[in-house]
Amino acid sequence: MGESPFLYRIMPAVALSTLVPGESATIVAIHTEGPLHQRLLAMGFRTGKPIELIRRARFSGPLQVRIGTTDILLRGNEAEKIMVKKT
Amino acid sequence: MKRIALLGMPNTGKSTLFNRMTGASARVGNWPGITVELLTGRILLGGDMVEIIDLPGMYDLHGFSEDEQVVRHFLHDNVPDLALIVLNATQIERQLSLLLQLKQINLNMVVLLNMADEAKKFGITIDTAKMTEALGIPIFLLSAKYGAGYGEALQAITKALRYTTPGMAEHLRDQLKSDNQIEAEMARVLRHSVQVPARLPDNLTDQLDRLMLHPWLGLPIFFGVMYFLFQAIFFLGQPLQTGVNDLFTWLRDAAIAPLLAILPAALQGLLLDGIYNGVATVAAFVPLIVLFFLFMAIVEDTGYLSRAAFLMDALMAKMGLDGRSFVMLLMGFGCNVPALMGTRVMRSRSLRLLTMLVIPFSLCSARLQVFVFITAALFSPKAAPLVLFSLYLFSFGTAILTALLFKGYLPNSEPFVLELPPYRFPTPRQLVLRGWHEVYHFIHRASKFIVAGVVMVWLLTHLPPSAAPASADTLAGMVGAWLHPLFKPIGITSELTIALIFGFVAKEIVIGSLAVIYGLGGEALSHSLALQLDWVQAYSFMLFTLIYTPCLSAIATLRSESKDNGFTLFSVAWSLVLAWLVSFIFYQGARWLGY
Repeated sequence: MGESPFLYRIMPAVALSTLVPGESATIVAIHTEGPLHQRLLAMGFRTGKPIELIRRARFSGPLQVRIGTTDILLRGNEAEKIMVKKT
Repeated sequence: MKRIALLGMPNTGKSTLFNRMTGASARVGNWPGITVELLTGRILLGGDMVEIIDLPGMYDLHGFSEDEQVVRHFLHDNVPDLALIVLNATQIERQLSLLLQLKQINLNMVVLLNMADEAKKFGITIDTAKMTEALGIPIFLLSAKYGAGYGEALQAITKALRYTTPGMAEHLRDQLKSDNQIEAEMARVLRHSVQVPARLPDNLTDQLDRLMLHPWLGLPIFFGVMYFLFQAIFFLGQPLQTGVNDLFTWLRDAAIAPLLAILPAALQGLLLDGIYNGVATVAAFVPLIVLFFLFMAIVEDTGYLSRAAFLMDALMAKMGLDGRSFVMLLMGFGCNVPALMGTRVMRSRSLRLLTMLVIPFSLCSARLQVFVFITAALFSPKAAPLVLFSLYLFSFGTAILTALLFKGYLPNSEPFVLELPPYRFPTPRQLVLRGWHEVYHFIHRASKFIVAGVVMVWLLTHLPPSAAPASADTLAGMVGAWLHPLFKPIGITSELTIALIFGFVAKEIVIGSLAVIYGLGGEALSHSLALQLDWVQAYSFMLFTLIYTPCLSAIATLRSESKDNGFTLFSVAWSLVLAWLVSFIFYQGARWLGY
């Protein structure tokens, strides 16, 4: 359904943690605060930026995501606070 | 003397540049306003000596991490004459924000876009002339690792040092504007000067990670790598350690003992068995530390340590630790001392302290020697491997228990958002410098403490002079007798208590001390032990030996790494309490069951 521009517009934002490896998305909101928020900003997390989920570690371990030229590891409960729209 | 501060995000090769600039001359030092020590080096630049300070990596000038606070406080109290801003050229889009933040506090600065070689491979082109124009700061591309562009950058640094920082770094945070403004400025600078390909070419790192981080193969490969590292460090290290020991023994017998022969016997003993043996103890660690950091630098500099964090995080997070703690814990099974020093890769202090609290429970090779001897003396050849295996289980068990008990008191404040750097080849120069710095650090920080401890135990076991060494009449014997009510419920005899006092210095000397205490050696000692102890007592003694303080060198390292006497004392006390409790439960339980 990502093909249609209309559907894309109304498609709900999902948490980054729900993506499957290989899926790309655009960051629409970052619901974090304090040190975590600062760190995410410094790592390149900004609304509007494209992000790709590269892989997940086993036993519900961390996620590896790619923003631009940077690969980042973060835990699932952190990724839950980052909302994205699949592209 | 003029001061240059190196600033930049983690993984920008800042330390590589620092090593290139200062070589082996770097030393750790204290600075006003901050509690951590920083590496500094002095070099001759344009005819003047200048001091270069390697500040911790920071993502954000108004960030909350400990390192970021250190940098802020440092800049506030020690305004550098020049700030060298090191950025990773492959991540220039993201890292420019830090540069713009730093620009706002009016420091005199030169910008170095490092890893130019990697950026080129990624197809990223950076027009430094245009960027210099847009920012009004001199900008240079270089590769700190291979040295390309270094000469040119050094000239610019020398030139920039003529004009020192105009403004003071007061009200640092007030001057910082909102992120939005920084973002608009970033876009303006990047638009004209940087071109990044829309999709990065599938590079070697991606291909390697497909294997190294494979859902099924990743963990087995990780354990394989760890096994190889362990073998490499400790099976290369042990002969070297023995060699150093032999060298010191030879030197003692051939030169020092004859030289001191004119002195009274007691003074000879103090000088030879006290001070000289203390120095030899320190020296025996040197080959191990060099090897450890040689291999650790490879693991770290190649980027594999971050992969270990990825692979092990799911399991370690439950214990309040992370994958890097796990690597150090594993290495502790060879020797606790370098493993404790290795925790420096963790930037969060509480995570580091928790890891340092856990590492001493790793059954190191010195303790293994004691266990092998005692198991051989008291257990059948069939039971011996099982006994040893059970001790490893106790080692893991006490480590996990300690982590679970204290993770609440040492909550990890650093968010787990780590960069996964591409795989890189470390250069031999980096490896050698790392080994040298660590050995220097160990000798500089820990040797006095270790020598003093060895001398103290020598005095305890040799005073008063009328008593036979290590006998019940010495101070150690008296302490043993005094502690007897405490050790009786765990089945440890007063002779063994004296051995435990020796074991405080180093586990390697426990068997030797038993030989002195019983006046027997080798086979005869084994027989005598087998006659005097039953297996329950022997196992209880081994449990206590496993869990209580690993050795004086480990305590000295704990102290020098944590820079906190309270923490060191706590670690020692906790290990003693836990050792007693575990031995008590085992001994009384076994007796109650009728053994």
